[in-house]
Amino acid sequence: MFTGLFNYWVVIIIMMSGLYVVMSSSNLIKKIIGLNIFQTAVFILFISMGKISGGTAPILAEGITAYSNPLPHVLILTAIVVGVATTALGLAIAVRVHEAYGSVDEIEIAAIDAADFDQETPAKPAEDTTS
Amino acid sequence: MLVATVFVIIRLEKLMSAVMMMGFFSLLSSCIFMVLDAVDVAFTEAAVGAGVSTIFFLAAIAIVGRTSRPVKPNKMIVPLITCLGTGAILIYASFDMPRFGINDAPIHQHVAPRYLNDSAGEVGPPNVVTSVLASYRGYDTFGEVGVVFTAFIGVFLLLGAGTRKSGKERPAPPNVGEGSMRQKVVLREVSDLVIAPVLIFALYVQWHGDFGPGGGFQAGVIFASGIILYALIYGIVPAQKVMPPRKLAYFPAIGLLLYAGVGVVSMFKGGNFLNYSVLAHDPLHGQHYGILIIELGVGITVAAVMINIFFSFSERSL
Repeated sequence: MFTGLFNYWVVIIIMMSGLYVVMSSSNLIKKIIGLNIFQTAVFILFISMGKISGGTAPILAEGITAYSNPLPHVLILTAIVVGVATTALGLAIAVRVHEAYGSVDEIEIAAIDAADFDQETPAKPAEDTTS
Repeated sequence: MLVATVFVIIRLEKLMSAVMMMGFFSLLSSCIFMVLDAVDVAFTEAAVGAGVSTIFFLAAIAIVGRTSRPVKPNKMIVPLITCLGTGAILIYASFDMPRFGINDAPIHQHVAPRYLNDSAGEVGPPNVVTSVLASYRGYDTFGEVGVVFTAFIGVFLLLGAGTRKSGKERPAPPNVGEGSMRQKVVLREVSDLVIAPVLIFALYVQWHGDFGPGGGFQAGVIFASGIILYALIYGIVPAQKVMPPRKLAYFPAIGLLLYAGVGVVSMFKGGNFLNYSVLAHDPLHGQHYGILIIELGVGITVAAVMINIFFSFSERSL
């Protein structure tokens, strides 16, 4: 009865795992990894919906009548490449955060910010430990 | 197995191993795409996920450090409850979803039959994914290339490739281990053998995308990974001699302009924006030219963006 739903369940498990990583981990890089996992879950969801039992890849050929749906393939194909570009953007922000704070850990960054706030010295640049 | 890999990633505190597992996860998911008939997607995921994105992560980790602090048990509870709750709701909702693989699911009812039945007569290429990507949904793809371009500008502004003065440059880039990697005979010889076929394969994928799986997106990524491999083995400096970053920075814009230019030319010829049928006397030929050119634009943009981003990261870690 439930065999036809297995693909959705796998997607949901992976998706929730990604969400959990994003929410629980305080490390920015780990958060980006979580976002990537979430993203891949969405990809699998789309692709698995496009599949037709007994269908083949949507490349037209003689003597084949059933093709899987090409539309999700197109969407996901571009989404993967866009995904890696945005991931790179996220990583670049993480690198800059590291340069400004010397850490990519949310808790440590918040602590540094709080320390800055307590000193009440406006326009004081954040501690730079890297350079 | 995919699920098991994900759980391992969650538990790992060493970012290095987590990233390696991400690469493995991507490879597995690309196998799944293959089984689900999405050959183009599998292709892209294998090139992007297992190749380029892993390298980006590694480059970032080389800068920001390798360990993440373990999650405290009391910090785990709220996210865990939220995720389990959401997951339960989603699984409850999945009972209403169409069963896997059936023929008459809503997704197969609207535009998909038209693409499958008419694309050979209207657009031409046997690979329906290419027809939809480049012709029917040319606007979408144009937007996607724009997003990739914008992300590149973001990285460029944040990290800045090629802006480093030559006086500041240190002789040996330690991040990519020029000193160590170049001396490893096996790595060097194998990569010598592999790089040229990788680049040729990228060109094949570029021009053969109409007939088999492939196209500009995959070709761009594969080409970029060939160059990145070269940079990893021989160091950034020789790679930047081949691809000077200052000039390379123009190429994403060139690719995007090529794409837009096809659209503008088709407007001047009396069609709509990105309607390739007016490009030649025979609409099918026009479609063919249009697709070839915009795929080339996509390929140039994607390859240049990936190489640029890699250079940005590796220059930072010098």
